[in-house]
Amino acid sequence: MISLAGRDILHSWGKFVFTGIGLGLLIGVTLTMAGVYRGMVDDAKALLDNSGADLWVVQQDTLGPYAEPSSLYDDSYRGILTLNGVEQAANITYLTMQVRPAKDQRTAKDVRAMVVGTPPGRSGEPGQPKHLIAGRHITRNHYEAVADLASGFDLGDRIVIRRNEYRVVGLTRRMVSSGGDPMIFIPLQDAQEAQFLKDNDAILRQRARTAENPTLNRPGVLDAVIASQSVNPFVNAVLVRIKPGHDPERVAESIRRWKRLTVYTRIQMEDILIAKLIATSSRQIGMFLVILAIVSAAIVAFIIYTLTMGKIREIAVLKLIGTKNRTISGMILQQAIGLGLIGFVVGKVSATLWAPIFPKYVLLEFGDAARGFVAVIVICVLASILAIRAALKVDPAEAISG
Amino acid sequence: MDRYNQGIRIEGLKKRYGTGDTAVDALKGVDMQVAPGEVIGLIGPSGSGKSTLLKCLGAIIDPSAGRMTLGEQIIYEDAWKIPDLCALRRDKIGFVFQAPYLIPFLDVTDNVALLPMLAGRSNRESRQRAMALLEALDVAHRAKAMPSQLSGGEQQRVAIARALVNRPPIILADEPTAPLDSERALTVIHLLEEMAAQFSTAIIVVTHDEKIIPTFKRIYSIRDGRTHEEQIKTHP
Ligand SMILES: Nc1ncnc2c1ncn2[C@@H]1O[C@H](COP(=O)(O)OP(=O)(O)O)[C@@H](O)[C@H]1O
Ligand SMILES: [Mg+2]
Repeated sequence: MISLAGRDILHSWGKFVFTGIGLGLLIGVTLTMAGVYRGMVDDAKALLDNSGADLWVVQQDTLGPYAEPSSLYDDSYRGILTLNGVEQAANITYLTMQVRPAKDQRTAKDVRAMVVGTPPGRSGEPGQPKHLIAGRHITRNHYEAVADLASGFDLGDRIVIRRNEYRVVGLTRRMVSSGGDPMIFIPLQDAQEAQFLKDNDAILRQRARTAENPTLNRPGVLDAVIASQSVNPFVNAVLVRIKPGHDPERVAESIRRWKRLTVYTRIQMEDILIAKLIATSSRQIGMFLVILAIVSAAIVAFIIYTLTMGKIREIAVLKLIGTKNRTISGMILQQAIGLGLIGFVVGKVSATLWAPIFPKYVLLEFGDAARGFVAVIVICVLASILAIRAALKVDPAEAISG
Repeated sequence: MDRYNQGIRIEGLKKRYGTGDTAVDALKGVDMQVAPGEVIGLIGPSGSGKSTLLKCLGAIIDPSAGRMTLGEQIIYEDAWKIPDLCALRRDKIGFVFQAPYLIPFLDVTDNVALLPMLAGRSNRESRQRAMALLEALDVAHRAKAMPSQLSGGEQQRVAIARALVNRPPIILADEPTAPLDSERALTVIHLLEEMAAQFSTAIIVVTHDEKIIPTFKRIYSIRDGRTHEEQIKTHP
């Protein structure tokens, strides 16, 4: 027996290929949407992996430092270090902002970046940039930066964060925020100042107001108060690395109890990032997926229905000469599945081709492609039902002129 | 009339469309018999019931009453009918229509070979059978062509090959010469006669076509749902 569906597809291949390409682009968009979501999850995981921490210590009752603002004193880490099971503890600040190159630089483009403040340190310490692909770590307390490749900055470039200029001394790869923005590491003290920094007028006004307060107007007190107002003793989180063999949850519990701070383990942090921070975005993407699936189904149904309606005469003749209904349904079903196959291949190829061009990370997972394939086939089968019903209703007598 | 026992025979065939006040009695008792190898004409004015009769003969619609037999086999007897009409159409009945209605996405060979394939024969054997018929009908040189590349006459010959390929005992032709000029129309009728003789097929041709009516040895004329057999006088 020959394949009626296959012959029909070969005969009107133009129609099939063009519809298949149209459907394929739609499927490509769908796969890309899934890839965008996977990319977001992956960015979040990369953020946690790259931080090199086992525990995140944040301001009490906050979901900081990524999902909510958090601030705690920059000397909290000393107390944490004394607790049993803690190997390393480091202050860290995060500040998402526009970073622009210095005026005389080769590029004038500013980038959205997550500025990370860390004390000078070595690779492997919590909070330090991992895997430098060029240059070195920050060694001084001021005016050095390590930038991610995605920021577009290069070694030796000078960049401006608030009022200070920094020289890029090292480069990293895939160090991104949960939002996919590249990270730029600067020394902790500079970062604290950058978070706190007010313009000169504001500082003057604040000093005047403090000076006007009669209760502070005593010898020595005013100077001390003003001095304390112009430094920022806060950081956003303390990253903790625990000693091998210790249970993260136990260590977290002792920090909670003794330091009265909120502590998250890696698993909890991942849950905060994925279930809370990107939850709305993922629902947004889910909506898109649902709509795209419905649109694809409608297109396949419409195309298969139209193709079948165009063959009513042939179907009547086929029935008249003794073709079983099963064979005719099979022909339509196979065509729908054929269309789905063409669409899926085009979709997968186009998604793979255009994914790298996207500004944020698009992660095309094999599992998503497999699920997409199953969905496409299911949609095609469902979409062909309409056409099959119409074909089964065709009266073989229609082949005979009235 | 022994040889008529081998052919197709209908007795008192009735067909009513619809029910109640709107019911139409399209066939009011038709008797007809066609022997193997015989080509007969079926004529009658518009609305007389020709198509209805052809559809009953072709097992496309069920008659309301009457009896139809094919050789020894009973097809319909009053309310009873054989279970698999689809297989009956495939194996026992060949159709030729006013237009050839070839399947546009199959080439000439496969248009013909499709029927034996549907009946479960191998592709090879089916195509061999198809080729043999295409040769007999003088269209073998177009075997690999698509139907759209053929002339009207060639298409009609392929359609005849398709009707014959399963060696059905009956061929039903519904105005097969309507779109053809008189020369080609006569060729088609002669072809049918030749095939009828060669394969012992009973062929029933519904027609209006004045130019071919004289070629039939026997003609059934149908009027108002009833048949009248008419021997053609101008023909020996
Ligand atoms: N499907 C149908 N439903 C109701 N009446 C029909 C149907 N088909 C045919 N008829 C009626 O049956 C009669 C015979 O029609 P038909 O067999 O088509 O005649 P012919 O082919 O000789 O013109 C006509 O009166 C026609 O209106
Ligand atoms: Mg008619």
